[in-house]
Amino acid sequence: MPVLHLTQETFDSSVLQSSKPVFVDFWAPWCGPCQMMSPVVDALAEDMSEIVIGKVNVDEQPELAQQFNVLSIPTFMIFKGGQVVDQFSGAMSKEVMKERLEKHL
Amino acid sequence: MEARHVIILGSGPAGYTAAIYAARAGLKPLIFAGLQRGGQLMWTTEVENFPGFPEGVMGPELMDRMRKQAEKFGAEIMDKQVTAVNLSSRPFEVTVGEDHYQSQTLIIATGASARWLSVPGEEQYKGKGISACATCDGFFFRGKDVAVVGGGDAALEEATFLTKFSSKVTVLVRGEELRASKPLQQRAFGNEKISFLYNTQVEEVLGDGMRVTGVKIKNNKTQEISELSTSGLFVAIGHQPNTGIFEGQLELTKGFVVRKPDSSHTSVEGVFVAGDVADWNYQQAITAAGLGCMAAMDCEEYLASQE
Repeated sequence: MPVLHLTQETFDSSVLQSSKPVFVDFWAPWCGPCQMMSPVVDALAEDMSEIVIGKVNVDEQPELAQQFNVLSIPTFMIFKGGQVVDQFSGAMSKEVMKERLEKHL
Repeated sequence: MEARHVIILGSGPAGYTAAIYAARAGLKPLIFAGLQRGGQLMWTTEVENFPGFPEGVMGPELMDRMRKQAEKFGAEIMDKQVTAVNLSSRPFEVTVGEDHYQSQTLIIATGASARWLSVPGEEQYKGKGISACATCDGFFFRGKDVAVVGGGDAALEEATFLTKFSSKVTVLVRGEELRASKPLQQRAFGNEKISFLYNTQVEEVLGDGMRVTGVKIKNNKTQEISELSTSGLFVAIGHQPNTGIFEGQLELTKGFVVRKPDSSHTSVEGVFVAGDVADWNYQQAITAAGLGCMAAMDCEEYLASQE
């Protein structure tokens, strides 16, 4: 599935109202570790059709970052039924990230 | 499975430079870039002291250029983390999760990782006000007070960078004075948003459950304990070498791989080392790159001697 580029306008319908679990990557173009993790997130999107994967550019969407209390990037959140059910930060391998996601399927 | 000529572990300046030299020498190197592709420079903003860039260069961009240069000469780069090595077998065995690889030689350039404080509250508030990456997270502390822990170059670079966003930056220095280089000290002393607390160590990180609200600090001369209110705590107290997978197989000292004088040879024949993983002194991008070059040349010479 393609990775969604989320904005303030689309966040409610694409994430909070989603029937599937949603994995959101909060990132910014000036963040090196985010650049490391970006291909990992893209690869996950290809592997896992049972989950929606989206990215929030905090530089363009500071309100979303503030709303979800993001203080560090990359931060990853898993939403289910409109709620944050898991949250973690920093660089990790695709395998570790996949394991973490599969717990919420 | 056919053994490779050389496998390189790591993708900082040391790993990529070794890759460029090994690839140009026709050794068809395989590089495992690791979890932190590009290494420590991916955490920095502008690099002002790398020769050839008079206008400065962004750390991530420099690393991207090195990677492209290695790929141009035929280096094969995989963004995977090596999970185990066997240095007693010949060829050497390299394990990456479920996959196994063999190589006649190895170049270890696994670098170093940020050191943490190991105090109560730190684990709980990592990513919630505690950060080891000012360039990533400074943005979230616009108009807020923050603290930086450390007295070296990295601490002062972070403090200076943070003044772009924060109203006040307090640098907590454990010793009596800074270890940072003079130009960085002068720049920080000249910045009115930065203040310093010396002989000060962090005892505990305080928070409200959601985010950091302050730190408990101790003056290690007077033993006096006090609290400093802060929204962010940036930890810049140095790095520790990434040598966990080599323990018991390779001579280490204080965690660093031991390098034979004036060479990149390690205690195991056919295993070479480069960069911060073997450097407790200089720890610069350019010294790491220099060591990477040495490792590739030593490796080439070793392979030729085995034929």
